[in-house]
Amino acid sequence: MKALGKKLAGKTLLALSMAGMMAGAVHADDKVLHVYNWSDYIAPDTVAKFEKETGIKVVYDVFDSNETLEAKLLAGKSGYDIVVPSNNFLAKQIKAGVYQELDKSRLPNWKNLDEDLLKAVGDASDQGNKHAFPYMWGSIGIGYNPAKVKAALGIDKIDSWDVVFKPENIEKLKSCGVSFLDAPTEMIPAALHYLGKPTNSKDKADLKAAEDLFLKIRPSVAYFHSSKYISDLANGNICVAVGYSGDLEQSKTRAQEAGDKVKLAYSIPKEGAGTFYDMVAIPKDAENVEAAYKFMNYLLQPEVMAEITNAVRFPNGNKAATPLVDKEITSDPSIYPSADVKKQLYAISDLDAATLRLITRSWTKIKSGR
Amino acid sequence: MNMRKFKRRINRIIPNGRQLVIGVPFIWLFLFFMLPFFIVLKISFAEADVAIPPYTEIYTFAEQKLQLLLNLGNYAMLGDDELYIAAYLGSLKMAFISTVLCLLIGYPMAYAIASARKELQTVLVLLIMMPTWTAILIRVYAWMGILSNNGLLNGFLMSMGLIDEPLQILNTNLAVYIGVVYSYLPFMILPLYANLVKHDNSLLEAASDLGSSTFNSFWKITIPLSKNGIIAGCMLVFIPVVGEFVIPELLGGPETLMIGKVLWQEFFNNRDWPVASALAVVMLAILIVPIILFNRSQAKEMEGKE
Repeated sequence: MKALGKKLAGKTLLALSMAGMMAGAVHADDKVLHVYNWSDYIAPDTVAKFEKETGIKVVYDVFDSNETLEAKLLAGKSGYDIVVPSNNFLAKQIKAGVYQELDKSRLPNWKNLDEDLLKAVGDASDQGNKHAFPYMWGSIGIGYNPAKVKAALGIDKIDSWDVVFKPENIEKLKSCGVSFLDAPTEMIPAALHYLGKPTNSKDKADLKAAEDLFLKIRPSVAYFHSSKYISDLANGNICVAVGYSGDLEQSKTRAQEAGDKVKLAYSIPKEGAGTFYDMVAIPKDAENVEAAYKFMNYLLQPEVMAEITNAVRFPNGNKAATPLVDKEITSDPSIYPSADVKKQLYAISDLDAATLRLITRSWTKIKSGR
Repeated sequence: MNMRKFKRRINRIIPNGRQLVIGVPFIWLFLFFMLPFFIVLKISFAEADVAIPPYTEIYTFAEQKLQLLLNLGNYAMLGDDELYIAAYLGSLKMAFISTVLCLLIGYPMAYAIASARKELQTVLVLLIMMPTWTAILIRVYAWMGILSNNGLLNGFLMSMGLIDEPLQILNTNLAVYIGVVYSYLPFMILPLYANLVKHDNSLLEAASDLGSSTFNSFWKITIPLSKNGIIAGCMLVFIPVVGEFVIPELLGGPETLMIGKVLWQEFFNNRDWPVASALAVVMLAILIVPIILFNRSQAKEMEGKE
C-alpha cells in the first residue's frame, strides 16, 4: 500500500512537473534571465530569492577568468543578459561596443552605491558610470598557511612582497608549494609596483625588469593558475598563493569546514596591492533587458548585497549594505582594509594591444622559459 | 517521346540512391570541416580590432568594386618569434613520445585480447572501452587526485616507506604523458585488435612446422601483417594529441609548452583572433602529412578485405 502510494505520488509529481515545463516553455522568452558571473561569487540563496520574488527563472552560469567572458562577448550574441567583468576588461569592452548604456531611472536602488567608489571606477574605466555598477571589489594579495610558512621561513606572518619576490625567500617555500595567478595583466603590475615602477607602464625596460624579477623566482613556483589554489591551499597541497582576496578568504572557510586541520591567513602586503572592481553590466544584444534591470535593482538592495558579502567575503560597492554585513567581516582589515592600507592600493588599468602582447609574451617566457 | 526525354533530364538532375548515399558524407565534410576551416582561414588574413567580432573584414564592396585585403602579417609573425616554433615542436614531441608509449603498451594488450577465447574477447574489448564512457575531464581530474603531492600515489609510497618526501609529479611533463597515454590507449588498442584478430593462425603453424621460433614468427609474420593496424592506431593517437589542450592544461606545469596552450593565449590573453587562426591553419598544414598516411593505410586495409 505504501509502495503504491509512493508510486502514485511519483507519477503525479512527474505529470505536474511536465505540465509545469510545458507552461514554462510558452513564456520561456520573457521569463528567463541568463546571468554570467564569477565562480563562487554569490550567496547560496540570492538567485532563488530573486526567482521567488519576481517569478523570473534564472539560468546562472559561472566563469573563472575575464578572458573567457570576453571571448564570448566579443564573438557576439553571448546569450547572457547580465555579465560581471572586471573594470579593466570592462573599459576595453565598452570601446568595442559590447554594453548598453544604463537607464538609471529604472534603477531606483542606484542611490545605495558608494559615491567614492563609483567615482574611482568611473575615472579608471567608465566615465560617468554609464554602463555598469560595482558589484564586489577586492585586492590581489598573499594567502598562506602560517604553520608551514613558519616551518620553512621562520616568520610568523607575511606582511611584504619580499616573501615571494626575493629568490632566497621563495626558494625555502618551494618544498611546500607557491602558486601565482595565471593572469599576466594582474601579476606584471604587481611586480612593477614592487620594483617601484608605474603599474601601467608601457616602457619596455620596465616590463623587462618585471619579467626578470619573475624569471628569477620562477624555478620555485609550483604553478600559475587562477582558481586551483582555492582548494589546494585549503587541503594543504600548497602553502602560499598569490591570489584574489575573496578567493583566499573562501579557502580559509573551506579549510575550517574540512575539520580545521589547516589554518590559513590572508595579507595585503605593506608595499600595497592591486585592486579590481567587478562590474555588473548588460550586453547590447541581451534578450531579456527588462529582467536584467530587475536583477540589477535587486542586487542594489543593501540586504541582498550584505548577504552576498557575508557568503563570499569580498567587500561590496554598496555603501548602505556595510552596516548590515557581519561585524566579524567588516572589522577584518584583510577584507575591509584600513584607510592607510587603502592609500597603498592601485587600480589595474586597461592596456593597449601592443603592451598587452608584450606582457602576454613575457608571461609565456616566465612560465615556460621560452 | 517528349515525356521520356523530360524524365531522363529530370533523372539526371535528381541524384539516385547511390549518389545520395555517397553524397551524405561529402555534405557532412563540407558543413563541418570545409566551411569552418574556410572561416578560420579567412580570419587568419584579417587584423585584430576592438570591435564585435574582434577582427577586421578582409573584403570591402563599394562602387561595384570588390576589394580583397589579405594581411599576411599574422603568418610572418609566427616565423619571427621562436616561441611558436618551440610550441609546435613541443606538441610534436609530446605526440610522438605518447604514440610510441601507447604502441608499446597497447600492442601486447591488443595481442593478448586477440589470442584470448572468443567469448572472453568481447568482454576484454568492452573493458578497454568502458573507461571512455566517463567524460575525459572527470578522468583527468581523477588523475590530479592520484598524482598530487597529497594524493593517493604519494600517500601510498610514503606509507610503504619507499619515499620520505612526496614526488612532484603533478604539474610536470611526466603527468601529461601519464594522462595522455591513459586517455588515448583505447584508440591504439582497438584498431590493433581489429587487425590482429583477423590474422590467419595457419601461417604461424606453418612457420613453426618449418622450425621458426615463436619470436621469429611474431617478428616476421605477425608484425608485418599488422602494419596497417599499427599505422591506424598511431595516427589516431598522434593527430589529436598534437592539438591536445585539456590534459596539458590540467596536469602540466609551467614548462609544458604545447601549441594548444599558445593558441589559447593568442585567443584569450592577446585578444588576437587572427594570429590564433593563423596558428591553427599552420597546425593543420603540419598534420596533413600524417592524415594522408592514415588515409592510405585505411584504403589499403579496405583493399585487403576485398
